Amino acid sequence: MSVLVYTESEQGNLKKSALEVASYAKAVADQLGTTVSAIAINASNTDILGNYGVDKILNVQNTALDSFNANAYAAVLKHAAEKEASQIIVVSSSTDSKYLAPLLAVGLNAGYASNVVATPTSTNPFTVKRNAFTNKAFEITQINTEVKILGVSNNAFGLVETSGNTSAEDFSPSIPESNITVESVDKASDKVTIADAEIVVSAGRGLKGPENWGMIEELADVLGAATACSKPVSDLGWRPHGEHVGQTGKPVASNLYIAIGISGAIQHLAGVSASKVKVVINTDPEAPFFKAADYGVVGDAFQVVPELIEKLKAFKTQQ
Amino acid sequence: MKILVCISHVPDTTSKINFTEGDTKFDTNGVQFVINPNDEFGLTRAMWFKEKQGANVTVINVGGADTEPTLRKALAIGADAAIRVNMAPTDGFSVAKQLANVITDGGYDLVIAGRESIDYNGGMVPGMIAGLTDANFVNNCIGLEIDGTNAKVTREIDGGKETVSTSLPLVIGGQKGLVEESDLRIPNMRGIMMARKKPLTVVEPTSTDAETSSISFEKPAPKGAVTLVSADNLDELVNLLHNEAKVI
Repeated sequence: MSVLVYTESEQGNLKKSALEVASYAKAVADQLGTTVSAIAINASNTDILGNYGVDKILNVQNTALDSFNANAYAAVLKHAAEKEASQIIVVSSSTDSKYLAPLLAVGLNAGYASNVVATPTSTNPFTVKRNAFTNKAFEITQINTEVKILGVSNNAFGLVETSGNTSAEDFSPSIPESNITVESVDKASDKVTIADAEIVVSAGRGLKGPENWGMIEELADVLGAATACSKPVSDLGWRPHGEHVGQTGKPVASNLYIAIGISGAIQHLAGVSASKVKVVINTDPEAPFFKAADYGVVGDAFQVVPELIEKLKAFKTQQ
Repeated sequence: MKILVCISHVPDTTSKINFTEGDTKFDTNGVQFVINPNDEFGLTRAMWFKEKQGANVTVINVGGADTEPTLRKALAIGADAAIRVNMAPTDGFSVAKQLANVITDGGYDLVIAGRESIDYNGGMVPGMIAGLTDANFVNNCIGLEIDGTNAKVTREIDGGKETVSTSLPLVIGGQKGLVEESDLRIPNMRGIMMARKKPLTVVEPTSTDAETSSISFEKPAPKGAVTLVSADNLDELVNLLHNEAKVI
């Protein structure tokens, strides 16, 4: 009956989002008066999950799962849910979790709500609040099935530390053959991803050309941030598609979003509005982004950004 | 190769989002509906397979008669035939079940759906139809090549991309990158005229229970006014971000 949470890892290390979904699962379990079981695949040091409310950890170690495979991973989660007799399964909003969740839903005949932003508003009937219309609205969704899958929106719940006892056991479910083989992976390992970033530094057409992104990358470096861009910038080929954030690009739900030379088209604002604090730097005081931002600087990015980098460097050395 | 492209009928990206009937229904008043952008990238890629590899392309939508102009637009862009499952789409799972029935009956080799619709953002239909029809599935697809029954698919991952090899039957969840924005097609007059003569078949749904139900909607709380900081006083911005917002 326990709430099952899928705690993702990256090269053996649990991701920060794993701690967030564990915290969320704990809150749901408290609401229902039950416990939390976590499933981790090829992760080490999973004991830390005990600090986030997990009572029992199922550790799967299998080299056949070294590359992510949605079918195989969904099968592992299905076996774990059946073993724990879980009626609620919690996953994150990572690309991989959003890939496997619909397959798991079919496997368990479970209703699935994605982009969930808070603990259930009611447990009987079971209703959750989720983002819809690309952050322009919230939807209250009722899940009617016995087994339910909740995809928690990144950064919506946060980390909640608790103390408690946790136990760990090895779990070796059977894994189906797959017709999908990974041929190559192209990933910058030294860069923070937009999905995992606490801070995102984003720039738009106001930068005038791709040759001017050096200062954006430097600002991101100083802050430990990911870099992003507006739609026109990716359409013009100044920056890769993977950096495009907004309604038809990636969603952003960071703690701090800094928009430089981005006017703030409605589609862009929708895609980034889940970020907690937004800063805009733009020469045009009439730019729509000023209406959506918490802090604004009216000024030329080519003067403001280098100066801001110096100020932040000084601030960081003081810390 | 038989391709089915799933088309969601969604509000244009610039639409103001409002609700009616006590915040339980989306207010369509004054809203322009379009082909879901993620689906349009997939439809355009399907046109490439039609023109270069002789594929036959059908488009499908689960919706009421009011969604037919969106299907006609897809026909005007170049799809060969359209199917509408005559049902108000209530939740992703029941839509996926309707689509899976049509896919199984029609024997499609490749199903292209957008990774999510821009209205409800469920992001579940492509994966569910793959699960229900026992097809291979690649989500967040940004590149697709088909050679015989073999497929080479590139998908976006957090922080990069990954290329996989797989085979038909295949379902993909597509997005921008599958084709470039500049490759998208605007229907021309000849396409619009031809679309009127192409078959649009209406099929009735098989009854299914809704796994999830939409209860109500709310809009985010209005935003407070922006705090402006002078460009000559960036120390103040650093101070506010550290002491007030507590984000650095």
